[in-house]
Amino acid sequence: MGCKCGKAAFVLSERSRKMKELLERIRIQFIKELEGVLSQKHLEELRIRYLGKKGELTQVLRGMGGLSSEERPVIGQLANEIRDYINEKIEDTAYRLKRKDLEVRLKDEFIDVTMPSKRKALGNKHPLTKVLDEINQIFIGMGFTIVEGPEIEKAYYNFDALNHSKYHPARDIQDTFYINEEILLRTQTSPMQVRVMEQQKPPIRVLVPGKVYRRDEIDATHSPMFHQIEGLVVDKGITMANLKGTLDVFAKRLYGENTKTRFRPHHFPFTEPSAEMDCTCSACNGRGCRVCKDEGWIEILGSGMVHPNVLRICGIDPEIYTGFAFGMGLDRIALLKYDVDDLRLFFENDKRFLAQF
Amino acid sequence: MLVPIKWLKDYVDIKVDPKSFADAMTMSGSKVEAISETGKEIENVVVGRILKLENHPDADKLIIGQVDVGTEVLQIVTGATNIREGDYIPIAKHGSTLPGGVKIKKGKLRGVESNGMMCSAQELALELDNLPQDILEGIYILDKEYPLGADIKDVLGLNDAVIEFEITTNRPDCQSITGIAREAAATFGSAMKYPETTYKENGENINDFLSIQVKNSELCPRYSARMVKNAVIKDSPAWMQERLIKSGVRPICNIVDITNYVMLELGQPMHAFNYKDLEDKKIIVRNAMPGEVIKTLDEAERKLDSSMLVIADGKKPTGIAGIMGGYGSEIESDTDIIVFECANFEPVNIRLTSKKLGLRTDASSRYERGIDPELVTLALNRACSLVEQIGAGEIVGGKIDIYPVPKIRRKLNLNVKNVNEFIGVNDITEDMIVRYLTSLEFGVKVMGDLEVTVPTFRDDVEGGADLMEEVARLYGYDRIPVKLMDTTFTQGGKNYRQVIRDMAKRNMAAQGLYEVMTYSFVSPGVYNKINLKAENPLRNAIKLINPLGEDQGVMRTTMIPNMLEVISRNYNMKAAEGHFFELSKVYLSERLPLDELADERETLTIGMYGEIDFFDLKGAIENLLGELNIRKYSILSSCNDSMHPGRTADLVINNKRIGSLGEVHPDVLDNYGIPVRAYIAELDFEEIILQSNMNIKYKSLPKYPPVERDIAIVVAEEITAGQVEGIIRNKGERLVEEVKLFDIYRGSQIEKGYKSMAYSIVYRSDEKTLSEGDVTKVHNKIVNSLINQIGAVLRQ
Repeated sequence: MGCKCGKAAFVLSERSRKMKELLERIRIQFIKELEGVLSQKHLEELRIRYLGKKGELTQVLRGMGGLSSEERPVIGQLANEIRDYINEKIEDTAYRLKRKDLEVRLKDEFIDVTMPSKRKALGNKHPLTKVLDEINQIFIGMGFTIVEGPEIEKAYYNFDALNHSKYHPARDIQDTFYINEEILLRTQTSPMQVRVMEQQKPPIRVLVPGKVYRRDEIDATHSPMFHQIEGLVVDKGITMANLKGTLDVFAKRLYGENTKTRFRPHHFPFTEPSAEMDCTCSACNGRGCRVCKDEGWIEILGSGMVHPNVLRICGIDPEIYTGFAFGMGLDRIALLKYDVDDLRLFFENDKRFLAQF
Repeated sequence: MLVPIKWLKDYVDIKVDPKSFADAMTMSGSKVEAISETGKEIENVVVGRILKLENHPDADKLIIGQVDVGTEVLQIVTGATNIREGDYIPIAKHGSTLPGGVKIKKGKLRGVESNGMMCSAQELALELDNLPQDILEGIYILDKEYPLGADIKDVLGLNDAVIEFEITTNRPDCQSITGIAREAAATFGSAMKYPETTYKENGENINDFLSIQVKNSELCPRYSARMVKNAVIKDSPAWMQERLIKSGVRPICNIVDITNYVMLELGQPMHAFNYKDLEDKKIIVRNAMPGEVIKTLDEAERKLDSSMLVIADGKKPTGIAGIMGGYGSEIESDTDIIVFECANFEPVNIRLTSKKLGLRTDASSRYERGIDPELVTLALNRACSLVEQIGAGEIVGGKIDIYPVPKIRRKLNLNVKNVNEFIGVNDITEDMIVRYLTSLEFGVKVMGDLEVTVPTFRDDVEGGADLMEEVARLYGYDRIPVKLMDTTFTQGGKNYRQVIRDMAKRNMAAQGLYEVMTYSFVSPGVYNKINLKAENPLRNAIKLINPLGEDQGVMRTTMIPNMLEVISRNYNMKAAEGHFFELSKVYLSERLPLDELADERETLTIGMYGEIDFFDLKGAIENLLGELNIRKYSILSSCNDSMHPGRTADLVINNKRIGSLGEVHPDVLDNYGIPVRAYIAELDFEEIILQSNMNIKYKSLPKYPPVERDIAIVVAEEITAGQVEGIIRNKGERLVEEVKLFDIYRGSQIEKGYKSMAYSIVYRSDEKTLSEGDVTKVHNKIVNSLINQIGAVLRQ
């Protein structure tokens, strides 16, 4: 027989023909067995049986030694083809079985997500601390430094230096807690205005939060101990418009951009002119409701331009410098913010209350 | 202060409704607290006259009345018993409305037709406090004949609004109808007029009847008097009574009512003496004699001291100056000659006297705020004018007026440019300032700067800033622009202490603790409740001289009692567990009584109860110290009066005791009614701030692997875990990275009095991979030290 390709033609020997048949049989047998494989374990057994060291295909390849140099590549190629084929099939099947197993597992692992959660028990800052943090942050953003001062204070700082006459009614023993004639529990955070101005020259921009004390019996709106936040600005060219601007920004940041403010003339011994600031009631947006007693406005703070006498007593020349000061009740602001109807709750420390903020 | 609008309208034009009026006044500085329009809801209630009363045929307690209401005669059934035929009474006709929106309709009572209702004072919502007693019981019987069918609101003056002003302490001049009228005129740019003060005098002279001597003109800068003869003492006219009642003053008789009326109208208290009671026909204003006693109008005997000022006659005190008249010299129905006192007293002395005597009156509270001495003349003339107007007597000629040092009017300068700059505007003109100040009765001269003369009733205006306020409030605070500061840039923020405090609070909350806030004052009894020994320095608390009660008598030196209260409260509220902290102050003092300021120390108190033990508390503290980067500390067994003797420890940093932690002593728990174990720590936060270190530096992650070795030893009970760990770390040649106590065993295989402790030690070097040999060398050294130093026996 000849070959047109010009290569030397040869005829397969009987041995190689048998090997070829064997290889074909292995392939057919593998396909048949693969169909029956249902698990990854079974598949692995199959792989070992066909491709392992003692596997059938390996045996065939080992027997190739007896073939002629012409036959060897032919049978070798065939054997390799079959081995690649088996490999490929096993990998495909392995992947398919893995996916199938995963699907089964995912299906089995269904949970009822509406069951109760497992929560770490968290604590909480006191609601007054939370509101204070917020207020501090607003003023820090406007360049205020947070300072604090003594609660047991000299009458001088609490009253005299703040332009209270020797006979101002607030000094009454009915209204102020005294340690002795000269030392008392501060009734306001304002004494820190004086302490700051004594220690620091303008420009001054400070915020003074702290506890204050007044001789009020405790009830839903009064407490002998409560918290105030005092603000003080002193510099050249500070105007009443600046007072309004600063406090208007504060109100909008605290209660929302739509909050409006209203400044009413008032009287405090250590500011002149003085003003009280009302905000539109956040419960009714100023329409009038129970919270604001139908006024639409809620009184938030007292303020004013620092009295020249106070500047003078602190060694600051009122001809050169002006300033404004303000003071607000933290507890009252927190009451309004959280819609709490009884001040006592802040000091009773019932966990069920504290956990709500 | 209560201001009836109709009274106000006598002196100033008000063209707006009460609400707009109140709003405008509030914005110009006279804050309105409330508007009361009593008669607003009353409709169709008229004057009627009872023609006939007869018994109801079917009901013992009802009567049938025939009432003439002008246009018709109505049959009305009532249960009232105080009415008689001929009485004039308020009748709510069919279809009328009463306060509270009550509608009255005709109907039948026990079969008899009733076409309306006879009204009581309550039903008309009249101010009951100041009405005579007989008017309160039953139907309101009108004081005289009125046109039948007339609207009851006109008759009783109910179509009036009463406005309540909050007057600030600096404005005593606003404590009167005319004071408010002046503010209203300035607010609305209208004119104000003063009350009528003219009258005729008889031919006599007061000096022939009376002499007055002021012995202390410092306390009595002005004393003035006029006399009334042939007085006719009776009820004052209805219009006067009505205005007094609306202002919250009870009518008494015409002369007394006049003094009250003048006080309300002008703000000047007055007093009327019965001339016949003045012995020696003298009035002497003098200090009281030490121990002098006076019985005041309220029939109380009051002992005076020499700092107090009295009004006396030739023999005895007849009144406490500016506070209250004496008993026995009051106006009676047969009083014939009256002396009107109109005086000015020094405010501080009035206040002190009033405080010492515990006697505060309308007059004293006005005097203690300060009254313009110039007001005296106006008030006295007004009183005389009213006497004449209501026919209460004839005015004796002349007056006595002792006013040695007339008040000087203060002069201030004001610069228009400064005003604009200070307020932050540029449109306030000189004309506007002149107009504003003039409307408030300031004198203004324009000569370069403005020269402003302050009226005598405005003691509060002392300097330029006060004038700025007058200008600003009449210009309108709401017209001042809202402008952020554009001066020097300042850097805001918190200081180190505040930052550390914030971190500590956040750390505590993250660990599951709730922040609490408690009172700074406590009962001195708490020190017994927490078992402090008598000599414990924490008992040296700063005392308040006027606490609200003994249970708030001292400033706390420890917050443990407060924390126990919190635990007790929550336990009683059925909370199964509670974890709390308070970061606040205790108030210490080296010397008591306090002569300088206290040592106010920030203190952190932690309180816990529930499914926890000492080591949860210790863990919470160690977590906090960790975050604050405090690495070198010890927690050492200790004792503390309030704590379980075997379960308490001190936190020690750099050989300094920073605080203590432990289980609360069962006796203390008992004292607070806490039936479960509770754990408390109290740390000096001042020291924690000092020891904290925010200078955190990164330590490179380990490059070489760790080697772990376990070791189990048996040691005597008294050997502590701290000792064992100390030896391990000490002998570890800096190779010991971690020491974990993973088991403690006491039991069958261990001799009594001993315990087995199992540790896992992690060795690591940051220079190389440790070989077995390296580790064994160190480990053996540790084992030997444990054996030699604490008698440990290795357990296999």
